[in-house]
Amino acid sequence: MKKEGQIRIPSGCAIAAVISRDGERMSGEKITEAMKPMHDRSNGLGGGFAGYGIYPEYRDFYALHMFFDRRDTRKECEVFLKERFEIVKSEIIPTRKIPAITDEPVIWRYFVAPLKSVLSSMQLDEKEFVARTVMKINTEMHGAYVFSSGKNMGTFKAVGFPEDVGVFYRLEEYEGYSWTAHGRYPTNTPGWWGGAHPFSLLDWSIVHNGEISSYDANRRFIEMFGYKCNLQTDTEVITYIIDYLVRVQGLTLEEAAGVIAAPFWSTIESKSPDERRKYTYLRTLFPSLIVTGPFSVVLGFSGGLMALNDRLKLRSMVVGDKDDRVFIASEEAAIRVMEPDAENIWAPAGGEPVIITTKEGADI
Amino acid sequence: MAVIIDAKQLGYKELNCRLREESGDITISDCCGQRFIAAGMSDKKITINGVPGNALGAYLNGAEITVNANAQDAVGDTMNAGKIVVHGGIGDAAGYAMRGGRIFVKGDAGYRAGIHMKAYKEKVPVIVIGGCAGSFLGEYQAGGVIVVLGLEADDKKIVGYFPCTGMHGGKMFLRSDCRDIKFPGQVTARPAADEDMPELEEYVKEYCRLFGYDEKAVMDSPFTVVTPDSRNPYKQMYVAN
Repeated sequence: MKKEGQIRIPSGCAIAAVISRDGERMSGEKITEAMKPMHDRSNGLGGGFAGYGIYPEYRDFYALHMFFDRRDTRKECEVFLKERFEIVKSEIIPTRKIPAITDEPVIWRYFVAPLKSVLSSMQLDEKEFVARTVMKINTEMHGAYVFSSGKNMGTFKAVGFPEDVGVFYRLEEYEGYSWTAHGRYPTNTPGWWGGAHPFSLLDWSIVHNGEISSYDANRRFIEMFGYKCNLQTDTEVITYIIDYLVRVQGLTLEEAAGVIAAPFWSTIESKSPDERRKYTYLRTLFPSLIVTGPFSVVLGFSGGLMALNDRLKLRSMVVGDKDDRVFIASEEAAIRVMEPDAENIWAPAGGEPVIITTKEGADI
Repeated sequence: MAVIIDAKQLGYKELNCRLREESGDITISDCCGQRFIAAGMSDKKITINGVPGNALGAYLNGAEITVNANAQDAVGDTMNAGKIVVHGGIGDAAGYAMRGGRIFVKGDAGYRAGIHMKAYKEKVPVIVIGGCAGSFLGEYQAGGVIVVLGLEADDKKIVGYFPCTGMHGGKMFLRSDCRDIKFPGQVTARPAADEDMPELEEYVKEYCRLFGYDEKAVMDSPFTVVTPDSRNPYKQMYVAN
């Protein structure tokens, strides 16, 4: 397979997302439908979804979704997993044979808990341990990829159009309080199963429409902290940047947005003294984590969503709501499919994060 | 008699084929994201119920389009003649490289409205935005007229950041004293003078007629006129000319 830099394919992408602020569960059917009017934004080389709240019966376990090139690879990987985790359940992820989706790898999921003895001997907290294990498998184990590793959430992705990928993974059988979706039109890299969005690590998932021109600068910086960008596409670096800034460095999501989509100095200059100090600090402290080039992204996390555009707003994105539901999409038409009577349709400005969380007390 | 096309199960190709087969007054119902509606069309009156997709009225050549909802990105891309009326807001890059005709938007416009509009002799495109405009309004504007009214803006700025970046032709009317707006060096922003009023009134009159506003009330406000300083902004960029 040709890698980044060896092949160039011209561009698009579609994203959509929904969240119930009351924490009510919705099946994956509507979000799949929502991708249909945006069909022409993708070219059939990748589609995917992330659902939150979909595994309530295993909510305390990390759900590892994995691709394997062969059955033998899976067996080898299981040996490795058993050294590190208690596996409470392992199963094939149910799929539906359809003509639109072909050449699928072996697709499996494991519900796991890190072994306490391993954690204490490595002196790591649970999340750090899981993140390092994911990096290790994806980097060192040829033919094995962890593409989802959060609790009570999961990503589902494939080569194909998103509306077919949703049918392939039987998303109508899952129920989540929030969903994100992506239709891919790869620009610089080949379409392959691991390269479809969302890109996920722990509870984070990212769907992205755009092209990161700062990819290598971002990658070089983030790889100093143990992350490995090996999925051959630019988007995964955003997931790791979020994990690093929010989980490791302890920034708020809003501050992380101020790093990734840092305002121009001239814009910072025009802000209030407090804001000026904050944005100057963030730009100065993390200059290598500014993401440049066009992007609109939706970040999924436990209990919420964050939508963010690049500061020049070179990609479209609209937000709307209805009752306790909030909708985000590249095009209003997608929102109308999910909720014909959606209200307050608006387009966030470039660099303006829109953070939606479930209400306090919502059962997520 | 008006023709009704139900767009519910139609892709953009089928929908545009149906449009081409019909003439006169046509209503599209249940529209949801179909792109390129009425592209290049010249002799029809089209009403759209539901949200049309990107590039509505691209290369429009005289047809009239009314949208009873919001419209998405690139409305009137490279439009040559005709009229597009949107009873809602519009997405980014409206009127991209537009060279004739008129676009009236009741509400807000996204980023880059009027990017690279141009004009030649009697071909003078006009965009009237009733609400506020996003950043980069009139980016690389080379001709034509952009009017932003900022109605119901409350305390929101009438345009976002970096308006008129690279503007080197045409004109803008902004219904504000623009004290809170930073313009680039190559344009002049000045209060509208008496001689500007007849032209401005023509656009505002039509906007008010279309969307039911009181013309007097809309005109009772300071207006700022923005024009580029030079007819040749590239002077001495490379050689003296």
